[in-house]
Amino acid sequence: MSMIVSSIGQGLLWASLGVALFLTFRILDFADMTVEGTFPLGAAVAVTAIANGMNPYLASGLAFIAGALAGLVTALLYTKGKVPILLAGILVMTACSSINLRVMGGSSNVSLLGKTTIFSGAFLKSLPKYFDSVLVGLVVIAIITVLLIVFLQTNLGQAFIVTGDNRVMARSIGINTDNMTIMGLMVSNGIIGLGGALIAQNNGYADVSMGIGIIVIALASIIIGEVVFGELTLNQRLVAVTLGSVIYQFVRLLVLQLGFNTNDMNLLSALILAICLMLPRLSKALHLNHVIKKGVAKYDAE
Amino acid sequence: MTQNKTPLLALTNIVTKVNVGTPNEVSILQGLNLDVYDGDFITVLGSNGAGKSTLFNTIGGSLPVDSGSIKLNGKEITHLSVEKRTAFLARVFQDPKMGTAPRMTVAENLLLAMHRGKRRTLQLRRLKQSLPHFKEITTTMKNGLETRLNTATENLSGGQRQALSFLMATEQRPDVLLLDEHTAALDPKTSAELMHQTNERVTQEKLTCLMITHHLDDALKYGNRLIVLDQGKIKFDVRGADKDRLTKEKLLSFFDTIE
Repeated sequence: MSMIVSSIGQGLLWASLGVALFLTFRILDFADMTVEGTFPLGAAVAVTAIANGMNPYLASGLAFIAGALAGLVTALLYTKGKVPILLAGILVMTACSSINLRVMGGSSNVSLLGKTTIFSGAFLKSLPKYFDSVLVGLVVIAIITVLLIVFLQTNLGQAFIVTGDNRVMARSIGINTDNMTIMGLMVSNGIIGLGGALIAQNNGYADVSMGIGIIVIALASIIIGEVVFGELTLNQRLVAVTLGSVIYQFVRLLVLQLGFNTNDMNLLSALILAICLMLPRLSKALHLNHVIKKGVAKYDAE
Repeated sequence: MTQNKTPLLALTNIVTKVNVGTPNEVSILQGLNLDVYDGDFITVLGSNGAGKSTLFNTIGGSLPVDSGSIKLNGKEITHLSVEKRTAFLARVFQDPKMGTAPRMTVAENLLLAMHRGKRRTLQLRRLKQSLPHFKEITTTMKNGLETRLNTATENLSGGQRQALSFLMATEQRPDVLLLDEHTAALDPKTSAELMHQTNERVTQEKLTCLMITHHLDDALKYGNRLIVLDQGKIKFDVRGADKDRLTKEKLLSFFDTIE
């Protein structure tokens, strides 16, 4: 039971990454590799700040700003420097790994042992095991999702959506698509930085290697949400990302129960994502739709 | 016929080149001059490579000019960005896919177009309040668009998409409207219908409009002025009664002389 609660908690905490990546991957329509750098950056900034006595909420805010600044660099490389987005993201991601070591004072792992984090409150401590991460995750993802849903319904949000949908048309009605792309990458990476701060505080440490594979986990949340829930409106799709993230953690739990260890997780995550991405092709090749339809049809329906 | 007032849009000595600095450098517009007056409905003819699209891209700002000047109401706009120009300029593209956002609905597209050239703020979009107005304007297109306001535009027919693009371009009255062969990708019947709607709207609202077309009949039938581009210059420019007297035969024989 406690493992299920733990998975839900982890799913909710990690959901912020999926939602953040949704902004670039699904709305702006490109894969932003920067997140592999901004996730540990947010963790490093928050943990170092907390270790030096900063208020954990303030430190998490600082992690958001650090992530947004890294996103800004990627965005400027892409929009003004005309560097392809994939390469721009990889450049910033690589640069971040050095910066993260600097931030953490040269050590690859900084512990929060004995420090006050957002999980140290008396109320959260009074909850049963793992319920603290469920509550924090739920509050954070709810706030992020609601803010994004409202934002997307504003005139600015609509301009942001159309930038990803049809850039030529967006420009032809006076939308500065460069600015929209910059804004999207900043907000997205800001949320990733915040996610890094939260997960580091939940784990009790920041590690320079904690960013490896997170783009796959974030993508998996998005894709699983889409595969499981099918046709949805944009707002519903944002919520589906969170559910996808929880489902992903359940799959992870299942895989670990099967006897794999955590070192295998990146391989398995990639495998799960690859299968989900190929699902439309696979279902065509294997006539899955036909098989499923036949499977549920009445005896003499044909 | 003399025009004493200042032109709405004035292009003076426009030169645009491609592949500048390479052995393949080519001038497309070669010292083009064009004065567009308020209320002009100009049909633009010319063979492939004559510079029609380049002319539109130059006016629209997506192609920088190498020399010359563009003025709107006497104000210099030669180096204004595409986004800034949309405050007074609207454009309908030839490709139905270019003018609309495919994954957004018809109503959402129209709402975006209502804010053409304006600052986008964090104000709520208020889509529902605009629906009756959208219903009204889409009904004028007489192609069933009004029943599909909540459909993603990728699911519309080409004709409906172009009609929507046209509505979007004229929703906020532009000072200058550019129609880049906007009916060329449609079947003859749909094309004729959209041309008819276009003409109604342009003449009713006295829009200033430039329309590229390859149909000599359309070029003769619509508008108060006709220009022919050749090798980056305007070779022929008739208006008013002179245009009314022009026939297809005369136009064709003119085309023979320039080729």
